[in-house]
Amino acid sequence: MEFFLKLGQVGHHLPMLMRASLVNLELLGALLVIGFLIGTLVALLQVYGGRVLSTVAFVYEWIFRSIPALVLLFLFYYGPSHFGIDVQAFLAASLALGFRSSAYQSQIFRGAIQAIPSGQMVAARALGMSRLSAIRHVILPQAFRLAIPGWSNEYSSVVKDTTLAYAVTLNEIMRYAKTIMDRQYDLAMATFIVVALVFLVFTYSGNALLGLVERRFRIPGLQMPGATGAIL
Amino acid sequence: MREGTMDALLVVEDIHKRYGKEEVLKGVSFQLRKGETKVIIGPSGTGKSTLLRCINRLTEPDRGRVWLEGVEVTSRKVDINRIRAQIGFVFQDFNLFTHLTALGNVRLGPMRVLGMRKEEATKLAQEELARVGLADKADAFPAQLSGGQQQRVSIARALAMNPKLILFDEPTSALDPELIGEVLEVMIQLAKDGMTMIVVTHEMGFARSVADEIIFMEKGVIVEQGPPAQLFSAPKHPRTAEFLSKITELYGGTEE
Repeated sequence: MEFFLKLGQVGHHLPMLMRASLVNLELLGALLVIGFLIGTLVALLQVYGGRVLSTVAFVYEWIFRSIPALVLLFLFYYGPSHFGIDVQAFLAASLALGFRSSAYQSQIFRGAIQAIPSGQMVAARALGMSRLSAIRHVILPQAFRLAIPGWSNEYSSVVKDTTLAYAVTLNEIMRYAKTIMDRQYDLAMATFIVVALVFLVFTYSGNALLGLVERRFRIPGLQMPGATGAIL
Repeated sequence: MREGTMDALLVVEDIHKRYGKEEVLKGVSFQLRKGETKVIIGPSGTGKSTLLRCINRLTEPDRGRVWLEGVEVTSRKVDINRIRAQIGFVFQDFNLFTHLTALGNVRLGPMRVLGMRKEEATKLAQEELARVGLADKADAFPAQLSGGQQQRVSIARALAMNPKLILFDEPTSALDPELIGEVLEVMIQLAKDGMTMIVVTHEMGFARSVADEIIFMEKGVIVEQGPPAQLFSAPKHPRTAEFLSKITELYGGTEE
């Protein structure tokens, strides 16, 4: 009974909590875009880049997959101030977690690219297409389709990572929830239940949307989820 | 331009290719006139496919030269994409683009390589699909087509580029026996229409009835070449006779 009373009290904070959760969504958008663009580039360099560029891409992936997210956040937020550069929390979090996500996404895209039978690249080149044109019109459209299940996973992981940004003073939902708790410790449980519910909704709706995209772009006659053997 | 190559569409001269220790091509030369169909036969692993791939440099030859209508294909200065656009290639495994319909497969080259507008390329693609008997399959995806149909789409894809010649690399070897006929039919019609073709195949019936000349290759060299009648009835080289009798036994003399 008492608990529901507290849930009611958290209700007063609900508008602010929701507003703070928009910051999480903004950060999520930034992470997914940065991660997608750089992840795609890194994957392409790993597969097609030649010795030097592919090595650079693998080192990049190794670095950003190895360093803990919090350490990256602190490096990007507090690091530049040593050189007299002031970086805003949102930018620091976007870069730190975005690069990290790009490393994971590059793995997903690399696997997808390599799952496409190599004969299709050869056939595109035989038509007179440049390598870039073949990548754009033949390889990537298929790779992105194959990558959706893995990418869904990465989405779920990145959406939760946005709460880590509270550690670099970004006013997102976790930070706001903690402020409530600091003021009124007895509201802690109820507050974090609300936060948990918000993320259940975020994860569910994102995955549902990606499921729709996957069905929309499914190739007729082809078994989709990574079942590349069916191509041959 | 060399002497005696004036009327040749394609000149292949002294092609060498080595993979590690093994030399797969040990100096292969031949010429092809416009409208001619040449069939290359020979045991597996004698460099027939490698030879085809050296012609449009999908595989870089180590040595030797190739000319297409007097333009040196093997020159470092040539824009190889422009050359490849003029040479059709049909693969053993079809290599269709999985995410595109039959129509999409056929019009991709005209749109992305020749810069054709979409409506124009679509019309062209429909014509080429009709030419291989697949007008009704334009909207089907490769995974919805039989092997024979896929190979016909890949022939239409090559035709849509309006190539000067088409190279066929064992186009029926990956097909179930009952699907071979429909692909050979298309190829026979192409030859009749005057398309210039080089065909690597084990289909002796096709070779006998369509080829202007047959090249017998073994161990990276041309052992013997000549018109089918001569090669089949009076081979000069004992290895040619041996191979022909063995292959006829294996594959039968279909498509007479």
